[in-house]
Amino acid sequence: MRKRLFRLLILAVLALTLLPAAAIAAPPVQEGGTVYTIQKDDWLSKLADKEYGDPLAYPAIVYYNNLKAAEDSAFTKIEDPEFIEVGWTVYMPTAEEATAFLAGEVTGALTFGIVMVGPFNDHGWSEAHYTAGQYVETNVPGARMIWLDKLNVGDRPETTLEQVVDDMVAQGAQFILTTSDDFQTDTDTVAAKYPDVPFLMISGDHAWTGVAPPNVANYMGRMEYGKMIAGCAAALKTETGVMGYLGPLINDETRRLANSVYLGARYCYENYRGGNPDDLQFIVQWIGFWFNIPGVTLDPTEVANDIFNAGADVILSGIDTTEAIVVAGQRAEQGETVWAIPYDYEGACAEAPDICLGVPYFNWGPAYVNYVQKVQAGTFEQEWIWAGPDWTDINNRDTTAVGFIKGDGMTAEEAVQLDAFIAGLADGSINLFVGPLNYQDGSVYLADGEVATDEQVWYTKQLLEGMTGPSE
Amino acid sequence: MLQRLSNLTLGLVPVVLALLFTTVILIIVGAPPGEAYRNILQGALESPDKWASVVTAMVPLLLCSAGLLVTFAAGLWNIGVEGQIVAGALLATWLALNLTLPPILFIPLLLVAGLIGGALWGLLAGLLRVYGGVHEIFGGVGLNFIAIVLTNYLIFGPWKPADGATMSGTDPFPPAAWLPRLGDLPVYPTAVVLALAAVALMYFALRGTTWGLKLKAIGKNQRSAFLMGIPTSRYMLGAFLVCGALAGLAGSIQAIGVRQRLIPGVSGGYGFLALLVVLLAGYRPLWVIPIALFFAAVGVGSPRLELSMQLDSALGGTLEGIIVLFVLLAQGVKRKA
Repeated sequence: MRKRLFRLLILAVLALTLLPAAAIAAPPVQEGGTVYTIQKDDWLSKLADKEYGDPLAYPAIVYYNNLKAAEDSAFTKIEDPEFIEVGWTVYMPTAEEATAFLAGEVTGALTFGIVMVGPFNDHGWSEAHYTAGQYVETNVPGARMIWLDKLNVGDRPETTLEQVVDDMVAQGAQFILTTSDDFQTDTDTVAAKYPDVPFLMISGDHAWTGVAPPNVANYMGRMEYGKMIAGCAAALKTETGVMGYLGPLINDETRRLANSVYLGARYCYENYRGGNPDDLQFIVQWIGFWFNIPGVTLDPTEVANDIFNAGADVILSGIDTTEAIVVAGQRAEQGETVWAIPYDYEGACAEAPDICLGVPYFNWGPAYVNYVQKVQAGTFEQEWIWAGPDWTDINNRDTTAVGFIKGDGMTAEEAVQLDAFIAGLADGSINLFVGPLNYQDGSVYLADGEVATDEQVWYTKQLLEGMTGPSE
Repeated sequence: MLQRLSNLTLGLVPVVLALLFTTVILIIVGAPPGEAYRNILQGALESPDKWASVVTAMVPLLLCSAGLLVTFAAGLWNIGVEGQIVAGALLATWLALNLTLPPILFIPLLLVAGLIGGALWGLLAGLLRVYGGVHEIFGGVGLNFIAIVLTNYLIFGPWKPADGATMSGTDPFPPAAWLPRLGDLPVYPTAVVLALAAVALMYFALRGTTWGLKLKAIGKNQRSAFLMGIPTSRYMLGAFLVCGALAGLAGSIQAIGVRQRLIPGVSGGYGFLALLVVLLAGYRPLWVIPIALFFAAVGVGSPRLELSMQLDSALGGTLEGIIVLFVLLAQGVKRKA
């Protein structure tokens, strides 16, 4: 809340300084379009409705205005379509321009479709993709997002991915992003149906294994790092020595991430707390899907409570939604000393900031911008990308693929230790995927001194020795 | 003539009222209603792909409706139709995952498996009703639940994919088990023919056979039908069997056609929707076809509401539900009048 006020204040000051400038440098009349000064109670869709009779035409204003703003400082660049300020000077395109833009006839204009598995405002996985789509809209002139969320058998039992993509292509989408592991098989089928449309399938490996048609690329962030940092934060905090991981379904990816948390926790418990890492209890409980589907999955709220009842004082979320931190917040309010580390979305700590130790999150924006520009330039090609953080600043929103924001629950001293751990990961002095490491059943995962290859990390077959919970 | 007219108004008035009601809802949430209806229509009908999807969505509706016509004729509320869809899909899946056959044998076998699976599940509801004294509504709800739990168990247990269980279902079936499409379009000619044949068959069976007549007699008054010498138990079990078989066929088609694998929500809610279709049709077989078309079109077109208007696509379902409510209301009013 304070952050938002601060941002508002800065923007207001900026707007005020722009006011006289705009008045003096009366902008030259543009060919056809109009120059407009934002009034009280204006918002972009309202202006679009007034000007073009279509509230959904607002991206045309953003596009043409930002083109003008790039060459003429009298105009204010619209960074976020939902945020404009009184006094800004914006350029409104002609009705013809707006129509042409919306029809996708403008050179450089590109409509991309994002398909999400959960609600776009889940404060988790899906919202991270949604905000990345908005980031593309503001950073790539001419890019326009269309989206459909909640594509899963619980919410839309009648709807197939193919239907959604049919719809998006009919709406002018030239690039489709399917943002769940759940869509992998169907993406292959649909991409084969639309061989001229590039597809970016998030978190999959079919472009790597050669199963996917040539117009499919895979992209994923190296969340292992975010999770190791999360595990470290948990180990710095725990008093009971018991921590719980609220897991989604069980596959290579989710085992890989649970293991990363555990490795991070062991390292920090030993090196910063001086404890014996074998004393750490690490409970993994899977609910059966990425989020709660009543009657189908286990209820994550109940499972989170189970984890605390088993003695854990830190819960780490591996699911798309916020139940872990919500439950922790409730228990903290009743006087328990418990902590939570949510997942996926940079704003996830907001559910219960005081007991939040931090959040490992995906920052899909830069990658999406990169791919949209590639599609525009016609240079999109099949690839499998597993992108790490920007180690110079893991929270740089314009460069990093994954990040970790420390929560208010960390003390200053703990934060220093966590930063040291992050620095160690960054310079390579700390690598936790080094043997000897055993799987849960005692079989060898990495031999003594063996450094895991990408393949060994990606395809994690079991939880690690010492963790409690099912591997499959 | 007057009677005809009043029947027609009886059908039309509730639909108009429902549209008005939905329009008011749209205005309240601040969405232009014309735009919303246009989007649904466009989303359902703008391209051959969309037409194909609508026809494909009609298939399970028609099959289940055809089956429900039979159970309704016998005066039975076969709520268990959802579970019967699932049971058909389960049996088909079991074979599809474990057999290797050429498509020419495989696909008919899987369709028959659907028929059998659904029929057995339907029979179960019938046995509970006839011999167990469990009303078919409660038996149906229970069996639906068991079918869903069983599906989830199988998907997360014995039938889980090699790289981990997920809600997105089993591994895809081998291509030999896929119901063929019409070229690239998401429509399955075999399924369409079967669905239309099912409706036609029930139309004639209920209208022109003694079997149909006796079912209707049971539906009107079970006791007097029994006293007239109709073996009511056998006929009621038969009705469950037929309805279950058709629903199971729909399930098999969903699995080997639309999804090409078993997914947790394989019934897609089509069973419940078919109940509404038949109610709205007033149990008249020929009306089932246009109404199923309407429901399918609304279902396929609704996601467009979100895509271009950011309206919740549940609005489509709301519209359907409201229409049915108003129709039932109109019938109730007529009966009272």
